Amino acid sequence: MIVIKNVSVTFNQGTVNENQALRDINLNVREGDFITIIGSNGAGKSTLFNLIAGTIPPTTGTIHAGGRNITREPEYKRARYIGRIFQNPLLGTASNMSLEDNMMITYRKGFKWLKRSLTSKMKEYFRTELLQLKMGLEHRMKENLLMFSGGQRQALTLLMMVLSKPALIMLDEHTAALDPKNAEIVLELTDKFIREYKLTSMMITHNMNHAIEYGNRLLMMDRGEIIFDVSGDEKKELTVEKLIEKFHELRHHGFENDRALLAE
Amino acid sequence: MIEGILVEGLIYGIMVLGVFITFRVLDFPDLTVDGSFPLGAALMVQGLLLGMNGWLALLIAFIGGVLAGVVTALIHNHLKVPNLLAGILTMTMLYSINIRILGNRANVPVLDQDTLLSDVSNRLSGIIPDDYILLLFFVVVSITIKLLIDLFFRTDLGMTIGAMGNNEQMVISQGINPKTLKTIGLGLSNGLVAVSGAFAAQYLGFADVGLGQGIIISGLASVMIGEFLIMKSNRIGVLTFCALAGSVLFHAVMYLGRYYGYIIKMTPSDLNLIKGLLIIILLILTQSRKLKMAAFRVRVQK
Repeated sequence: MIVIKNVSVTFNQGTVNENQALRDINLNVREGDFITIIGSNGAGKSTLFNLIAGTIPPTTGTIHAGGRNITREPEYKRARYIGRIFQNPLLGTASNMSLEDNMMITYRKGFKWLKRSLTSKMKEYFRTELLQLKMGLEHRMKENLLMFSGGQRQALTLLMMVLSKPALIMLDEHTAALDPKNAEIVLELTDKFIREYKLTSMMITHNMNHAIEYGNRLLMMDRGEIIFDVSGDEKKELTVEKLIEKFHELRHHGFENDRALLAE
Repeated sequence: MIEGILVEGLIYGIMVLGVFITFRVLDFPDLTVDGSFPLGAALMVQGLLLGMNGWLALLIAFIGGVLAGVVTALIHNHLKVPNLLAGILTMTMLYSINIRILGNRANVPVLDQDTLLSDVSNRLSGIIPDDYILLLFFVVVSITIKLLIDLFFRTDLGMTIGAMGNNEQMVISQGINPKTLKTIGLGLSNGLVAVSGAFAAQYLGFADVGLGQGIIISGLASVMIGEFLIMKSNRIGVLTFCALAGSVLFHAVMYLGRYYGYIIKMTPSDLNLIKGLLIIILLILTQSRKLKMAAFRVRVQK
């Protein structure tokens, strides 16, 4: 579905601050994949997401989506079929607008015209969808999102993204800024939605247990490279110990420093 | 005196609605206003002098304002110029354009010309007391414009523009180009400002390139007065009402300064200082109120 071929990303090319964030990446995201991605800070996980989302262009290489070359397609156009949730729960919704207005804006992708779609029928539909979150938000449709917690906002962003039926969803440590209880709720919702709606997804996490527990495929990244790509039965049999061992086997550098970050 | 303040407040209120759209809804501090206000005045006056229908001239003034806003948006979007500078660029260029429109003059009177206002006065005179004709006219005009803006910001497009001012990433994530939304918002805002300028020229009886000088400060002060007096709301209808009310109050203060300022030895040239100080005082008051509210919330949570 998404095919990344020989992609490298170099920041500040030709200066003393030159930094190669991704080195010759090849990745084929297949339809129905739920990929978890782990790696220490600076491994290139977020850069990979930025690249797929179109926030940054690749220095070399191509990206295809459904057979179409999208290497030069701007971010806002790709957003019509790629959904993304950030670590910051405030980035997915507008604080100074009511819940129902937010839902209306995020309900359908693409440019919006001078139509008034927020009808009572639509509000009813939103209300029933909100029931899925089990947070009681269906009674707070007219409240500003400023009054909602980070967990509620992130759950809402997730729900709205799912309802717009994107071809690929990318979760960039979307539970890292939440308290443990809310993080667990949002993560469970994520898994439920991905199964129910059969979504192709990629999820960055710092939690090795989550990376192993969720998804059908796991990528380990280090210094701008995908060093380990495992799926199917092999992925099911993974344990944290095996992952750390694997990392050690593949890389002999800086493991002890990374251990804390990887294992949390 | 009261009706004078109200009429002036409502005429400039249309401009304040435009400033409200850029500063508060779009979160785009747009200084084009200083140029698009006299642009509206110049187009209106020149249209009337050419014998055009008043409403047609007003439409042309509106379109001129929209184009001015679009130019600022294009400069900002495509040349990556910061928003303040983009506005200043357009404003500076408009100064020359406005003088061109006025036929290489800085000031053109329309005192002996039929204007929209004299037309309305003639039609309604005898039915309504003369003193209140203009007041009634501008109440109708400004409320109509306010309601149209309310309606616009309740459509899908309008709501998305509102969301962009709040969170640009969210709009991008919805597959919408924020550049397009900024262009629409700035166009609409400056169109309103130009309409306000067109009415101001007819009310004052002349168009002058200097009409727009510091108008952005008046607009901002009015928006802030309106916000300060009425509690925070997320309803667009309330917010636009605040903008209009703020404009009337601001003009009341300015009126007092102009006619009674001599008592404290104030001259008309001191008004700009007063405007600036007014904004600073409002900023301080709003800040301290916000702090108090935050402290209150903390206490409630405890």
